[in-house]
Amino acid sequence: MDIHEYQAKEILANFGVMVPQGALAYSPEQAAYRAREMGGDRWIVKAQVHAGGRGKAGGVKLCASDSEIQAATENMFGRKLVTHQTGPEGKGIYRVYVEAAVPIDREFYVGFVLDRSSQRVMIVASAEGGMEIEDISAEKPDSIVRSTVEPAVGLQEFQCREIAFKLGLRAALVQQMVRTLQGCYRAFTELDATMVEINPLVVTGDDRILALDAKMTFDDNALFRHPQVAELRDKSQEDPRESRAADRGLSYVGLDGNIGCIVNGAGLAMATMDTIKLAGGEPANFLDIGGGATPERVAKAFRLVMSDKNVQAVLVNIFAGINRCDWVAEGVVQALREVEIDVPVIVRLAGTNVEAGQKILAQSGLPIIRATTLMEAAERAVGAWKNDLNQATRVRAV
Amino acid sequence: MSILLDRDTRVIVQGITGKMARFHTRDMISYGTNVVGGVVPGKGGETVEGVPVFDTVKEAVAETGATASLVFVPPPFAADSIMEAADAGIRYCVCITDGIPAQDMIRVKRYMYRYPKDTRMVLTGPNCAGTISPGKALLGIMPGHIYLQGHVGIVGRSGTLGYEAAAQLKAHGIGVSTSVGIGGDPINGSSFRDILERFEADDDTHVIAMIGEIGGPQEAEAAEYIRDHVSKPVVAYVAGLTAPKGRTMGHAGAIISAFGESASEKVEILTAAGVTVAENPAVIGDTIARVMQ
Repeated sequence: MDIHEYQAKEILANFGVMVPQGALAYSPEQAAYRAREMGGDRWIVKAQVHAGGRGKAGGVKLCASDSEIQAATENMFGRKLVTHQTGPEGKGIYRVYVEAAVPIDREFYVGFVLDRSSQRVMIVASAEGGMEIEDISAEKPDSIVRSTVEPAVGLQEFQCREIAFKLGLRAALVQQMVRTLQGCYRAFTELDATMVEINPLVVTGDDRILALDAKMTFDDNALFRHPQVAELRDKSQEDPRESRAADRGLSYVGLDGNIGCIVNGAGLAMATMDTIKLAGGEPANFLDIGGGATPERVAKAFRLVMSDKNVQAVLVNIFAGINRCDWVAEGVVQALREVEIDVPVIVRLAGTNVEAGQKILAQSGLPIIRATTLMEAAERAVGAWKNDLNQATRVRAV
Repeated sequence: MSILLDRDTRVIVQGITGKMARFHTRDMISYGTNVVGGVVPGKGGETVEGVPVFDTVKEAVAETGATASLVFVPPPFAADSIMEAADAGIRYCVCITDGIPAQDMIRVKRYMYRYPKDTRMVLTGPNCAGTISPGKALLGIMPGHIYLQGHVGIVGRSGTLGYEAAAQLKAHGIGVSTSVGIGGDPINGSSFRDILERFEADDDTHVIAMIGEIGGPQEAEAAEYIRDHVSKPVVAYVAGLTAPKGRTMGHAGAIISAFGESASEKVEILTAAGVTVAENPAVIGDTIARVMQ
């Protein structure tokens, strides 16, 4: 789960990381008021969206007066910010963060990630702050400093000092850097984050180390033990199809194609999408309905997939193991009788009792297009989508 | 021979009194698995599916001589159960549980390193379908009847995609020595490389099938190992060619977040290491059949 910059800063500040003075606003007037309240003569207004690359996309503005803040934020509120991370549809701006501008001496990149090779938390730092880490590793790989944390004892001071010295910090600033890194690590482990990124972490003209930007991502599997973090979820930043799926306990990722997919198991779901692509089509979504594939879940899945108006055919691919094909077929038939579907439906069942399952589909009287192999299913779905099959095969059931 | 599990392996089920655990315990016993007991704290003395339940894993091991365990414990308590098994002298543990926090798994892996390598428990999973040595024993939730006994070693992340591969092999009349699920989580007990090492040493395994997916470095690490140390033919498939970058595809670990983690990059790395890559999931069986000729 992602959170906003201002939320990440509030969390990190509680763990001893220093951040610039700032305040949240929900309107241009409020933004200007917040700036006056804060004092100073220059402010940064930052659109709060769950995506990086805001600066280049016009989501971050330096302002020197009330009227500049009003003008800048009027251009933000209610608009969609399109950055290279949001996709073409962008993300809505409903909150703006106003921060006192600070004089910057140096900029660093600092990230904490779950490193899958060492299977530990890893710190990644670079003296090339402000650039994205992908660009740093492509253009200045030698500037990157890495350190993994021994989970039994946590992040040690010497590791932080090593990083500080490798980044070229003056001795007088090292202790501040140690405190910053240890604060991030504690926030990471105590709140079950999967990523903490401060880019840039700056040294100000008056020798303070401040997090100018902050990004935190949390482990969905651990939210049960951090209700205060779970509360920070902002549905306005999610694909509405994915929010609905998550609320129904289904694992869904919306894509740009036309062939909806309903599959049991994540690996098989990805494999099904790949096969559609190889057959000449484009998948509309990833959807894993779980191992069980009960009639209720299948019906929910149909509703969810059909809520995407781009879907022009639906491919159901279920490998029934412990749950038998005849039982899954009953579920599919029941779902098709309950959910209004006006596009071709292709069903491929495999595994236990497959013949009985096929028979139930055939005898249902519903115009279900059946397939036996994965390739055949994908080809038929793509064919149906391309309208190769005549309109009579379309399912229209209530 | 087979790897990790055979007919004589004595198995306990942690969390055996749960509905799913009972169901699969029954299924494993009917497949021929030597299930000797279960563990649920506070339910010691009960009997489930004809086997005794103990309060602790240590007790279960002492009473039954169990060497393998299947963990069916809910996510908040699963890491603790795995560590309990490691401490009680269990040699092989399969964890089925999906949804264990990543940092709990980091702690589990660190904890297991307390034990010297030759007595350290082997863990596969979590978030996997389990391990089967067809015709001998089943430690997990997979449907046993889709596997023929034979000489292909399968290692994969996904449950149902693994079933798909096994079913395609069965259609060709090709059997499996052992099939191991390493699970879809970012921090897992055994990597592809760990299992490849076992298949390479197993006389009964003639060909190895590796079913990977997007995310993480383990396919690339396996490629390096195959190039330098594996003499047997390896066939691979990598799922997620159409998966977008930066999105989690169902499995917590299936996310492209760094260079080399996409399906096409992994295919390239595996091909360069001499692995025969099945271009699409519908031809995994055909590709293995061709390699076996």
